[in-house]
Amino acid sequence: MRYKISKLLIYAVLLFGAFWMILPFFWMITTSFKTEGESVRVPPTWIPHHFTIEGYKAVFETFNFLNYIKVSATVTFLNLLAVLLTSVLAAYAFSWFKFKWRETLFTAILSLMIVPVPVYVIPLYIIVQKLNWIDTYYALVVPWAVSIFSIFLLRQHFRSIPRDLYDAAVIDGCGRMRFLFTIILPLTKPALITISIFTIIAAWNAFMWPLMVTNSENMRPIQVALAYFAQGESTNYPALMAASTIAILPLVVLYLIAQKYIVESYARSGLKE
Amino acid sequence: MKRQTKIKNFIYPLLLLAPALIILLVFKVLPIILAFRFSFFNWGIAGSKGFVGLRNYKIMFQDPLFWRSLLNTFYYAIVTVPLSMIFSMIIAALLNRGIKALGVFRTIYYLPVVTSLVAVSVVWKWLYDPTRGLFNQILQFLGLSPLQWLQEYRGIFELILGKELPLLLKGPSLALFSLSILGVWRSLGYNVVIFLAGLKNIPKVYYDAAKVDGANTFQTFWHVTVPLLSPTTFYVAIMTTITSFQMFAPVWTMTGPPPGGPLHSTLVIIYYLFRRGFEEYLIGYGSAIAFVFFLIILAITILQRKYLEKRVYYEV
Repeated sequence: MRYKISKLLIYAVLLFGAFWMILPFFWMITTSFKTEGESVRVPPTWIPHHFTIEGYKAVFETFNFLNYIKVSATVTFLNLLAVLLTSVLAAYAFSWFKFKWRETLFTAILSLMIVPVPVYVIPLYIIVQKLNWIDTYYALVVPWAVSIFSIFLLRQHFRSIPRDLYDAAVIDGCGRMRFLFTIILPLTKPALITISIFTIIAAWNAFMWPLMVTNSENMRPIQVALAYFAQGESTNYPALMAASTIAILPLVVLYLIAQKYIVESYARSGLKE
Repeated sequence: MKRQTKIKNFIYPLLLLAPALIILLVFKVLPIILAFRFSFFNWGIAGSKGFVGLRNYKIMFQDPLFWRSLLNTFYYAIVTVPLSMIFSMIIAALLNRGIKALGVFRTIYYLPVVTSLVAVSVVWKWLYDPTRGLFNQILQFLGLSPLQWLQEYRGIFELILGKELPLLLKGPSLALFSLSILGVWRSLGYNVVIFLAGLKNIPKVYYDAAKVDGANTFQTFWHVTVPLLSPTTFYVAIMTTITSFQMFAPVWTMTGPPPGGPLHSTLVIIYYLFRRGFEEYLIGYGSAIAFVFFLIILAITILQRKYLEKRVYYEV
């Protein structure tokens, strides 16, 4: 009996917590399907009486969000390609080749991780400005084309592959590049997926940097556009919530598909955004 | 011949490393060095670049807004970090007790972690809306008086006691506290998952021993779980603190206009750095703030390590 009560109490606390976790999302979605009038009604309605997609229409027709989505998707895709390329090559060098200063260089690179981005974001802006990259995809992608954490993670995985495989492959006339692409990469797929997920999440959600290097509306990623939209004292709440839903949706879908993977890789790596 | 292979052995990995190294040098190492260098220069909107020694730092230490931004940042962290840790530890401990719907709960609690901070800020700004926001409607439904949330500059202790208090006793403004609530909500799921992983690492033997000794649930939690979980707690504390110190998007999206309001009560250090260094283009001054910010992050890491290490139970 006592056992049952304590079990019940546990569920009650967990449900109460879950309610507050869900509430903002629920309110976002339900508001996004209301009419402007109903969205500000007192007392509020939990489910829209007049279900409408006017908010979403406004987001795409009046506020040009399709273009912002396009920019964000492009940046995310290019960023992903760049990070995969640079970290696979660097991790290969750090794990399968012996050269002078290897460990020193690796430690030096790792130590760069303790410097948070805001510390050097202003000089970085000036460098990008000097390169005439403001309002280009270069500015949005190139400075983030290397992920030190990804190099670190891949190096760990590359190292765990037995040396014998390499010797066998070389006897069969396999070159170093072919060995990387045909043997190592297929064996380290989980690590590659992990760094891909991190990169996608970080790139899609990036805010401060895109805010700094994009002036024209054509080059604005969705997060920046949404922030301007919200700051503009907009009272069209259904449209605002529709825009927020759109900004969140791709990653929520990714999360629900690759959920176990995302949660575990975050937990294992101990990395936050 | 031997020399040739040696060179070849060196060139090959260097070629592989080249893309990463060049990008890191130009877009990370160089700007870090420049940030330090710029902080000694008078480089403002006019573009004059004279070496001024420590003048930017002197100005900074006499700048009330700089101190205000530091205080606000500390307030934000001091509210957000412990709340997030306590709640996430409780949730994790409950989830660890053989709950059937573990997967469902974990999905729900974790959801905010992957969402964009800008988008959730926009949603929470709407929830906090003083006239039509959901939170005030709930308060009124419960028969309580509505709050000004993000527009309230008065300190939370002033609001609780209902009278004016001197500077430091005010506590963080309700506006800043509202940002902390969002911070707790968003960081909770991540910390729950880390704590869950930590709990799974505690050997069952210790719980069996506690049971034999007749310890009740709370005694077991306090004397077994908490000490054995301390390496995880230590890690979560550092990560959450460092993240809290870098809070930016919610201030920009939710507060003001101008951001940092009302009455500078949500002006946090990263936003202040952004305003001075980028919006007002005071490169020298902004860089000085950035350098002090870096020292603080470094100090937190070292301090937390030193202090917590003594209390951390490592022999698991």
